[in-house]
Amino acid sequence: MSEIPGDLKFLSSHEWTRVESDGTVTVGISDHAQDLLGDIVFVELPELGQSIDAESDAAIVESVKAASDVYSPLSGEVVEVNSLLEDQPEVINSSPYEDGWFYKLKPTDMDELKNLLSPEDYSEVCED
Amino acid sequence: MNKTPLHNSHLKLGAKMVNFSNWEMPISYTSLIEEHNAVREAAGIFDVSHMAVFDFKGGDQISFFQRIFANDINKIAHDDKAIYGPLLNDQGRILDDLIIYHAQEKFRLVSNCSTREQNSAWYKKHAEHFGVEVIERGDVGILAIQGPAALEKILAMGLIDPKVSELKSFGCIFAGDHLYARTGYTGEDGLELIVPNTDIEPLWDKALEVGCIPIGLGARDTLRLEAGLNLYGNDMTINNHPYESNLGWTIDMSDENRQFIGKDALKAIDQAKSQKIVGIVLKDRGVLRPGYEISHEQGSGIVLSGTYSPTLKSSIGLARVDQGYPSSGKVMIRNKQLNIDFVSPRFLRQGKI
Repeated sequence: MSEIPGDLKFLSSHEWTRVESDGTVTVGISDHAQDLLGDIVFVELPELGQSIDAESDAAIVESVKAASDVYSPLSGEVVEVNSLLEDQPEVINSSPYEDGWFYKLKPTDMDELKNLLSPEDYSEVCED
Repeated sequence: MNKTPLHNSHLKLGAKMVNFSNWEMPISYTSLIEEHNAVREAAGIFDVSHMAVFDFKGGDQISFFQRIFANDINKIAHDDKAIYGPLLNDQGRILDDLIIYHAQEKFRLVSNCSTREQNSAWYKKHAEHFGVEVIERGDVGILAIQGPAALEKILAMGLIDPKVSELKSFGCIFAGDHLYARTGYTGEDGLELIVPNTDIEPLWDKALEVGCIPIGLGARDTLRLEAGLNLYGNDMTINNHPYESNLGWTIDMSDENRQFIGKDALKAIDQAKSQKIVGIVLKDRGVLRPGYEISHEQGSGIVLSGTYSPTLKSSIGLARVDQGYPSSGKVMIRNKQLNIDFVSPRFLRQGKI
C-alpha cells in the first residue's frame, strides 16, 4: 500500500479530508478503501450548495462488485465537486489522494477536525 | 473454512480471498475488469474446486437420472456429452441447477457449492430405489480454462490429451480419472477439467506458464452475466419454477412415460402467465443491483443480478418481470426512476456484442 500523505485526517470508515490554504476542505476515500472496492465504475456526488453534516452520507461509490456510501468527515456546504469522476471514476483507483478527490466543503466547524484520525491511527484501523 | 487444493497458489499470486459458502476463494488477483477482458480477448484460468462433484456406481443409473433430472438423460446416455438442467422438488421448484457428464459409460455430476449437503442427501435418497451408489468426490477439483485462445493454450500445455480440440460444445472425454469437457460459465470457448486434487497444481502452474491469466470469482460473475447464464441463489431459488427462470428449454416432457420429480406440478403451471427472466440495460448513469424494483407499462419486476459490464461498458442485469413488457421500462435506484431497455438475456454471443 502507498504511503498516506501526512496532511490528511480520516474517518475510520475510510474517508479522508485535507484543509486547503483557501480555508476549504477536500474529501476523498483512502487508498485502502479503493483497494477493497476494486475497479470503481460509478460515483454519485453531492449537489453544489448542499449542506452536509459530519459522518452523514455524502456520496455513493460503486465498484463492479458493490455500492458503498461515502460519509463526510466534516460538516459544511459543498462548494465544488470533482466532475472528472463522472467520466473517469477509475481515477479514484489510480490516484485516491490527489486526482480522485470527491468534493470540497466550506466547513462550518473546524473543531470537528479533532474527532478525526491521524494518518498513523488510521493505518492501525486498516491493519485490523 | 474449506480450502481448495490451489489455496497456496492463490495466496502466492496475491489474490484477494473471500468467504464463498464457507469456502475461501479468490475474488480477484489484480483487477476484476482486467481479468474479465483477458477471458474475452485471450484465455483465463479459474479454480472452481468449490463446486460439488459426484460419481455413481452400479444399479440403473439412467432410470435414476430420468427420475431426478427434469431434462432427459437419454439425450446424452449414448454419447460422450454433457447436459444442463435443473433439479426440481415435487412442487416443481428449483433445488439447484447442474451439469451431468457422460463419457466412456460413466456419469459424473457437478452441482453448486452452497447446495452440497442438500443435494447429496437428495441424490442418495432417490438413488437407493435404483440400486445406484452415490460417491461424493471430495478428492477432485475443477479448473476452467476459458477464452478465444483457451484451446490453443491447453494444447501448448502439453499435459492434456490433444483429442480435446476435437470435442464439440458440451462434448467430454475421460482420460483415466480426469474428465475434460467443452463446457464453461463465461460464454466463451474453453474446457472444464475435473481432476483429482493431487493432479491439479501441475496443471494450474503449466497453464499460467503458457500465458493463461488467473481469474477470480468476481470476473466469473460478470462473464456469466454477460453470457446470460443464471446463478443459482441469485436468479433462481427454491421459490422459483423453471418457466419463470428462463429454463423452459431444459424441461423435457417429450417422453410421456417418463415421470420425473416435479413434472405434475410443472404441467399445472400456466406458462402464458408466468413471469420471465429478461436482460436489462441501464440507459442512465448508475449500476443495477439485485433487489432494485422495476416497472413497465404492463406490470412490474425485480432485478436479480446486476453489475457493470466491462464488455458493454454500461450496467446490465437479469430481472424477473411480468409478461407483456415493452422494449423499455424504469428501475428505481435510491429513490430515482431511471430508464432501462429490456433485451435478450444473452448480452453476448460467442463473446461478441
